[in-house]
Amino acid sequence: MLAYMLRRLAYGGLVVLGVLFFLFVLFFAVATPDDIARRALGEKARPEVLEQWKANHGYDRPLWPWQSFDDNLLFDHYRRMLTFDFGNSDADDVPISRRLREGAGASLSLTIPIFVLGGVLGVLLSLFVAFFRETYIDSMGVFLAVLAMSVSILLYIVGAQYLIAKLLRWFPISGFDPDPAVILRFLALPVLVGIVSGVGGDLRFYRTVFVEESSRDYVRTARAKGAGELRVMVAHVLRNGLIPILTRVVVAIPFLFTGSLLLESFFGIPGLGSLTVDAINGNDFATLRVMVFIGALAFVVGQVLTDLSYSLADPRVRLE
Amino acid sequence: MSAHVLSNVVVGLLFVLGIATGVFVRRNRLWREALFELWRRRRVSILVIGVYVLVALLDSIAWVGGGDVEGVAAHEARSVIDRIFEGTREASYSAPLAATSFYGKEPLKAPSRHLLGTDILGRDVFHRTLKGARVALLIGGVTSAIAIPLALLLGVSAGYFGGRLDDVVFFVMSTLASMPGLLLLIALILALGKGTWQICLALGVTSWVGLCRVTRGEAFKLRELDYVQAARALGVSELRIVWRHVLPNLMHLVIITFVLMFSGLVLSEAILAYLGIGLDGSWGQMIDQARDELSRDPVIWWNITAAGTALFALLLAVNFVGDALRDILDPRTLREDL
Repeated sequence: MLAYMLRRLAYGGLVVLGVLFFLFVLFFAVATPDDIARRALGEKARPEVLEQWKANHGYDRPLWPWQSFDDNLLFDHYRRMLTFDFGNSDADDVPISRRLREGAGASLSLTIPIFVLGGVLGVLLSLFVAFFRETYIDSMGVFLAVLAMSVSILLYIVGAQYLIAKLLRWFPISGFDPDPAVILRFLALPVLVGIVSGVGGDLRFYRTVFVEESSRDYVRTARAKGAGELRVMVAHVLRNGLIPILTRVVVAIPFLFTGSLLLESFFGIPGLGSLTVDAINGNDFATLRVMVFIGALAFVVGQVLTDLSYSLADPRVRLE
Repeated sequence: MSAHVLSNVVVGLLFVLGIATGVFVRRNRLWREALFELWRRRRVSILVIGVYVLVALLDSIAWVGGGDVEGVAAHEARSVIDRIFEGTREASYSAPLAATSFYGKEPLKAPSRHLLGTDILGRDVFHRTLKGARVALLIGGVTSAIAIPLALLLGVSAGYFGGRLDDVVFFVMSTLASMPGLLLLIALILALGKGTWQICLALGVTSWVGLCRVTRGEAFKLRELDYVQAARALGVSELRIVWRHVLPNLMHLVIITFVLMFSGLVLSEAILAYLGIGLDGSWGQMIDQARDELSRDPVIWWNITAAGTALFALLLAVNFVGDALRDILDPRTLREDL
């Protein structure tokens, strides 16, 4: 048991190191410090200015350990990322960790309601559809789910802003205020769009799970002993179907921290998604690196915790 | 080789490939029955996809010259679709089927009116919408041409041969899968630079993992099956076993994953277009350019409606075909994954 846990933990650490190496190759070897400096300063910048910029941002050292073992960017990259010393933004020299702290709250206030409400709605709808399986309600539900999945999120956002905010004037078009008295006014529309754009895929997946569960033997047993159809659905099918659903849901939790790029930037929410969009538009590679790393780190930690809790709950897992 | 020559050659190759596939399907009873069943269930969706493919192919056949057209350089190649809409450029906006343009109030040049109106530069919106079909299919096609061979090569060799190779492939897959998909895609494009090939390469890198996981698991199962064991006992070489007995039994998974992956790729491109790193001429770019036009007065609604509808109809048809294909070809394996 302990051996399994240690092995799983070590593998998680190895994946984090792999992610860091991938990021290094991408942002130091493929896009070299010269490229990064030129994107920041423009194509026509003079060589001395480029050198100065590289020196200011710490890019003026050799890349690889075999060029200079004591002072190279690869080791420096690992050391700084693993100690959470993210340095300053390439675009405006603000400390990245301060930006992350400022943005995390706004991002979570958007992503957590979408995650919770969307998940509950998805499970309830799919349970309803699976209850009426092989009837026209079921095929209609699947049809609508595929319909909802085929629309670009851009259209959802633009459509909602135009119809609900501009024509009907129910909510502001965009903006954000962390004051609890008014925050709901600003969050209602982005949360609605987030739920609608995600519910199609959820509904289709959960329905498959429930329909599959309801053809199992224990369902027949439950009916045979006289349980009503609704009780079969809620007490038996839902409880057993929750296992694959939880696996899918848990995977999404770590990415709540990185926010939502499109929703935040369209609705003017100053979270980590907006931060990332600004980094993309401003060629701010330092911030982008950190965002990918944070996302991957949260994901790996989440995975390791899930696997460890499974191994505590289910002895079969350890044998694999 | 200039871009339009390459494009023409690709059209020719696709034509040959199409005929070869047709001959293969005609001879193979199981594939023939599966495709017949698909046609029976999803007639409308297949016809819709057929129209998009036809438009994309017509837009890929291009040549230089043939008439002196205003606003077009002499050496610029124009496709069949471009030539149909030649000389219909107006001064500025005009509404669908309107008789005059927005500002000048002068009568329109087009003898038959603009079915979907014109955009701010006076370009025909129907023309631009049709051209988006080629971009969308290009994204799906080129990305798959990168991702599928990679996923098959790594997935099958990892699953079939196992050992060290499997450890390495599995590690690479876990590393790529642990990064948030959209951020990884953006990071790749920013590092590689903008452009059709770079974007498709980035989409390929982010999308091969899913297919690789499926093929790896399936190859792992196939390795233990009786007919593979029998082939091995008869002294058939490992490479030949993979080629004759493992790969053909994976093809249905490849096709299903490809179709289900396609809509995700096109939707990702629309997000990239909003971030300013998408492909030129895509529907995503049209939507992005048109979103501010909704706040003009009078409202310019036809640009975003045309691009949005074209995108929606294609993805809807592809999703329906993908669902049906999964039911027909694979009753079990992919249920839980996709």
